[in-house]
This record gives sequence, structure tokens and C-alpha cells, in this order.
Amino acid sequence: MITVRNVHKRFGSQVVLDNISITIEPGKTTAVVGPSGVGKSVLLKLIMGIMQPDSGEIWIGDDKITSAHSESQKNAIRRQLGVLFQSAALFDSLTIYNNIAFPLLERLRMSASKAHEKVLAIAESLSLTPYLKNHPEQVSIGIRKRVGMARALITEPKVLLVDEPNTGLDPLDGQEVYDLINACKNQWGFTGLVISHELPEVFQVSERVAMILKGKIIAEGTPSEMIASADPAVQQFLNGRTDGPIKIQ
Amino acid sequence: MNFVATTEQFGAFIIDTTASWGRSWMFLYRTLVALVKPPYRPYLYLQQVLQIGVNSTLVIALIGLFTGAVLAVQGEYTLSKFGATAYTGPAVALSLIRELGPVLTALMVIGRAGSAVTAELGIMRITEQIDALRSMAVDPIKYLMAPRVAAGLIAMPLLCGIFNVVGIFGGYLVGVGLLGLSAGTFMSQIISAVGLVDVWSGFIKASVFGLIFGWISCYKGYTCGFGAQGVNKATTQSVVTASVAVLIVDYFLTSVLTRVFME
Repeated sequence: MITVRNVHKRFGSQVVLDNISITIEPGKTTAVVGPSGVGKSVLLKLIMGIMQPDSGEIWIGDDKITSAHSESQKNAIRRQLGVLFQSAALFDSLTIYNNIAFPLLERLRMSASKAHEKVLAIAESLSLTPYLKNHPEQVSIGIRKRVGMARALITEPKVLLVDEPNTGLDPLDGQEVYDLINACKNQWGFTGLVISHELPEVFQVSERVAMILKGKIIAEGTPSEMIASADPAVQQFLNGRTDGPIKIQ
Repeated sequence: MNFVATTEQFGAFIIDTTASWGRSWMFLYRTLVALVKPPYRPYLYLQQVLQIGVNSTLVIALIGLFTGAVLAVQGEYTLSKFGATAYTGPAVALSLIRELGPVLTALMVIGRAGSAVTAELGIMRITEQIDALRSMAVDPIKYLMAPRVAAGLIAMPLLCGIFNVVGIFGGYLVGVGLLGLSAGTFMSQIISAVGLVDVWSGFIKASVFGLIFGWISCYKGYTCGFGAQGVNKATTQSVVTASVAVLIVDYFLTSVLTRVFME
């Protein structure tokens, strides 16, 4: 379970997140949506403990990451997380095999032979076996996302955080990533948080949706409740209109 | 009103500068702690010694050869005015071992490897690879910075040794081969003039410069700004700051070491 309670974050005079609260139930996935630059990725970094909120609390399961001050305390909590970054954030000096094996070898300090078995198994289930000897720059962005997913899931995390799953992908590759998230959800059963501005595509991987605008959550509910929402900002965003309460900056 | 605004700006500048200094010293402290704390990853250290040290050997040897050669020409010219060309060998050797070896090696390594380290870490920062490490509970200071700083500390004195040896050889080639100095005199004067303290002071300097190289090039890459422009700025700042720092520290180190070793 992830609990974000009354979180406030500002950069200089700019308020990015203003008293945000979200609860994600165990085994469920929530999509946080909103236009670019409203603080969605900041929220993700706060949950990962990479940034510190000015006030408020963030819990991952029973651990309060906002109270962990040292990196080692935060790392103990981060062991529950798997993260798929916007650009996959693969290590370009490593092969795809080594990228997938990385958390096993460096985080769990697993032996190379044990890690080898797990890498082959997850590569097989995500159809990555033919690419294991390649470097990230030698494969398409769609495959890189799959590798990122394999790396995020290989340690069997309780929580999966996904940042903009189909940025830079064509509609087919984008759909493949959503299918992948759903397939992985069924197979591994994690609690998920997906950050996206892709509506309504992101609804297919989320049980609940929260929309952020001007640092606040302006609407929250199931995907069908969001579609039926009377909020003009939600409708403007859903329908991709330029006229409405959301001003393009 | 203008006075208030100027005072505010000045205050903000002082606060920013002090905070930036504090952050860079804390970064060095965390890196040094990470160097001694387990888990150790020797293959990462060897990889960096290869990239920063071994791959710089050729260029260091080349610069050393010609620096020694130039010193021999200049030394012979200057000393001939006092009828003391027999001391060309010691002039070349002492200049290289005590001063030019450590300083020129540091400047070359900063130019060649420091910029590469900053650019690599900067790109890792802007492509979220450093965030990915942190999200996987792997400390980037330990995984990325400590091996690079250690490689600077290990490689710089070794490269400085190569620079000195090749430089003296270059001086010998020019002094004996072209300027007609006696080979025996050239070498025997070096042996009698150069003491172990000279060698030690050169290596101490090289080690300190190695630390400066690793610290500044890693810190600038780690704190790199956004986009290609951020990497560009960080790389330039890294080379300039590290080079200036080496030359400033060199003066103070020379003063202290000369005093310590002379007493």
C-alpha cells in the first residue's frame, strides 16, 4: 500500500504540490494524470525518496520514507520498489543481460549463477531473450521499455512505479507497454502507481485515477467515474481541447 | 529601493555560494567514507584505473618526452651563461620531479579524463540513470563516484612517475644527443642532486591533484543541470575549476612541502 498524506512541495516561490493526498490499496494500481509540468514526476521522486517534501508524509507499506533521513534508511525502504522510468533509464555501458541482472547482483548481492537463472526466466516471459547480448542503444525504445520493466520486476517488488509509460512510442508500441503492465500485474500482483498524461489509454491499467492540476488533486475516482466527471478541466483534458480552464503554458 | 534589492541579491549570492561549497565538501566526505565502507567492488575500481590511468599513458609519455626535451634546451642555454652546463641534468630532473611532472600530468589528466568523467556522469544524471541507481537502493556515490576518485588517487602518482622518467629521458636525448653534453656528467649529476625527498614531494603533490581531479570532475557531473547545455556547462566548469584548483593548491603545497622536507 502507498499512502501520500498532505504532501507539499515547492521550488523557490513556485508551489508544485499543494497538500496532496492519495492512497493506493494493496494490489491495486492508481494512475496520476495531468498536463505536463504539474508535478506528476515530482510526486514519483518524492515516493522514491529521491526528493524530500517540504511537509507531509509518504508511507510505503508500514515504512514512512519521509522519516528516513540517511540513504541507508531510504535504501531499506526502496527495496520494496520497482521503477520503470520514462526513458527506461538503462545503463548504456551494460548489455541488456547485465541491465536486467543489475538489481540482483548489486542490490541483493545474489550469486552470478542464481541471477543467471532469474534473468533468463524473466527475459523469456517478456520476450527479451534474443536481445540479451545487445546494448540498449542497439534496440528500439519499445524493447528498452520492456528491459526497464524486466529490471524493475526481477526483484519481485511489492510496489511498481511507472513514469510516463508510452512517451516516445508509436501507438502500437504504446499499447504493447500497457499490455505488458497488465500482464505483469496479473503475473506478479504488485501495487502500482502510473504517472501519465495519456488519456484515456492509461485507464486500461488502473483501477483508480487521480488528476493533478495547479498542484492539487482536482478529481479522483475509477476510470468510468472520471469519464463521467462533470469537472470542466477533466473533460477538457480527456477530450484534448485547448479551450477551458487548463491554460496551455 | 535599489539598495534593498542589491543587498538582497548580494545576500542570496553569499547564501548560494556557501551552500554550494558546503554541498561539494559533503560530497567529498561521503565519497571518502564510501571508499572505505563495504561492499567493495574491485572490478569497478580496475575499470576506472584503466580508463583514467592506463588510457592516459601514451599522451602523458608524449608530453613528458617533449617537456624534458624543452627543459634541456632552456636549461643548457641558461646555465651556459654561468658556465654551469654540467648541471643541465639536475635542472631537468628536479624541475620535472618536484614541479612540472605532477602539475602537467594533473592538467593533462583533467583535460583528457576529467572532462570525460564529468560528461559521462552528467549524461547519466539527465537520462535518469543516477535516479535509477537510487531507486534500486544502490548508492551512486559508492557505485559511481568512489571508484573514479580512487582511480584518480591511484593513477595520478603512477602517471606522474611515467611523466618524470620519460621526461628525463627526453632531456637526456636532447642534452647528450643534440647539445653535446657528457652522458656521464648528465646522469651522475642527476643522481647526486635528486634526493628521495624530491621524489616523495612530487608523489604527494600528484596524489593530492588526483584527489582534486576525482572530486571536482565527479561533483560537477553529479550536480549537472538539465539537457545538453547542462552537460556542456558542467564539463567546462569541471576542467576550468579543477585546473585552477591544481595550480592554486600547488603553490601552497610546494610551500608546505619545501618547509617540511627542508627541516
